[in-house]
Amino acid sequence: MIAWITLLLVALMLGAAVLVLLFENLIAAIAASSVVSLLLSLLYVLLAAPDVALTEAAVGAGLSGAVLALGLRRLGLIDLGTKEDRRA
Amino acid sequence: MHKLASLLFAVGLAALLMALAAHLPLGATPMAIGQASLDRGPGEIASANIVTSVVLAYRGIDTMCELAILFAAASIAGMVLSPTTRSGNHAETKPRAPAGLVLRAGSDLLFPLLLTVGFYIVAHGHLTPGGGFQGGVVLAAAFFVSFLARADRLPKPAALILMEGLAGAAFIGIGLAAMLDGGPFLRLLLDKGVLGQLVSAGSLPLLYLAVGLKVGAELADLLAHLAE
Amino acid sequence: MNLNPPDLIVILTAGGVGLVAIGAVGLAVSRHLLRLVLALGIAESGGNLLLVLAGYRWDAVAPILTGEAVTRPMVDPVPQALVLTSIVIGVGVQALAVALMIRIKEAYGTLDIRELKARVELDICGEAGITPPQSSDSPRPGQTFPVPVTVRESA
Repeated sequence: MIAWITLLLVALMLGAAVLVLLFENLIAAIAASSVVSLLLSLLYVLLAAPDVALTEAAVGAGLSGAVLALGLRRLGLIDLGTKEDRRA
Repeated sequence: MHKLASLLFAVGLAALLMALAAHLPLGATPMAIGQASLDRGPGEIASANIVTSVVLAYRGIDTMCELAILFAAASIAGMVLSPTTRSGNHAETKPRAPAGLVLRAGSDLLFPLLLTVGFYIVAHGHLTPGGGFQGGVVLAAAFFVSFLARADRLPKPAALILMEGLAGAAFIGIGLAAMLDGGPFLRLLLDKGVLGQLVSAGSLPLLYLAVGLKVGAELADLLAHLAE
Repeated sequence: MNLNPPDLIVILTAGGVGLVAIGAVGLAVSRHLLRLVLALGIAESGGNLLLVLAGYRWDAVAPILTGEAVTRPMVDPVPQALVLTSIVIGVGVQALAVALMIRIKEAYGTLDIRELKARVELDICGEAGITPPQSSDSPRPGQTFPVPVTVRESA
């Protein structure tokens, strides 16, 4: 049972990692990398490493996404598909 | 053509690494040092979380070097992004629109909760999973959430940098105090206490408190520099 | 199909190795600097997973004493301590990379690594006073090229 759950989580994680490289929109790529960190923290719980899971969830899924998104905002590369982005 | 070559490279690298991993004793690793930490840790250090005893007591110098690396990265990022060295190109970023009602109300509600959870995780690092790094990240997130809602809610950068420096100095100071006592650097001070109580494991909670404050102040400063 | 316990470790090893491979391909193929940073983060995550997996023992519990008697073996705590450090350093390096990217964008106006390479080379050669390197395929002054037939007929 645990092995099936692990297989599903690993497959989703690898799929999200491939999507990071395939998405053209950079905000979508950052969101996909946050999903990779979230699934990785679940795998750490299955590996009996709760300290590492807590760190990965807080840092990878939370802070890393925030830092990258803030940097993207400073770079002016956020493209949400709204009218003003399409005009620019 | 380019994509086909990169796909072949990925498949080849994965196959090579899996062939290497097949020779490793995964799942039944010979734990020489780990076994010694598990056997001697609760007796010598009286910390219920054995990973904490490894991070702070058995490999304490690694943690100190990691604090130095974080300090270097955050300081360089702050120096690179400071407004005095930029060419003054403020037209790039749009002026921040005032935050909506949901963000303001939510941040007012979340700020004390996040502070409490952050300090709880830092203070109980030697009893439950957690510790300085995890709690420090939650503390930085607490300040950042309030900063997103109101731009004047962040403590002054000078106060953040002062707290970061003092916390880092406190970590090294506790280690040096152990040397003054006659033992090696970062030896465990204070009374060991009873395993499982909040006041136990000697100076480990103090070390983790210093680490938590340092990491929290550093990351809050970094986020403020990036967001302005 | 009934998966056996050792298959759990095979699945996780495949996951870690796959992350490292995807990160390596991303580093080799990406043209945008932000995607380079993301691919590096993915490769780091794969390495951390392999490290924690190295300390795992089948059917073991987390290395935390909860007050009740310990009957099952515990996993190795040393790789977990190393991975704690590694994750936090990873986010610090990512933040520094983002800060440097902001400065590069302000200085050069682009984040494409091929354009940046050409312009940085021009800058360095201009500062040093040497001529920029020319490839042997670049057109020599005065060289003309044969025009394709279709363009000639329509002009």
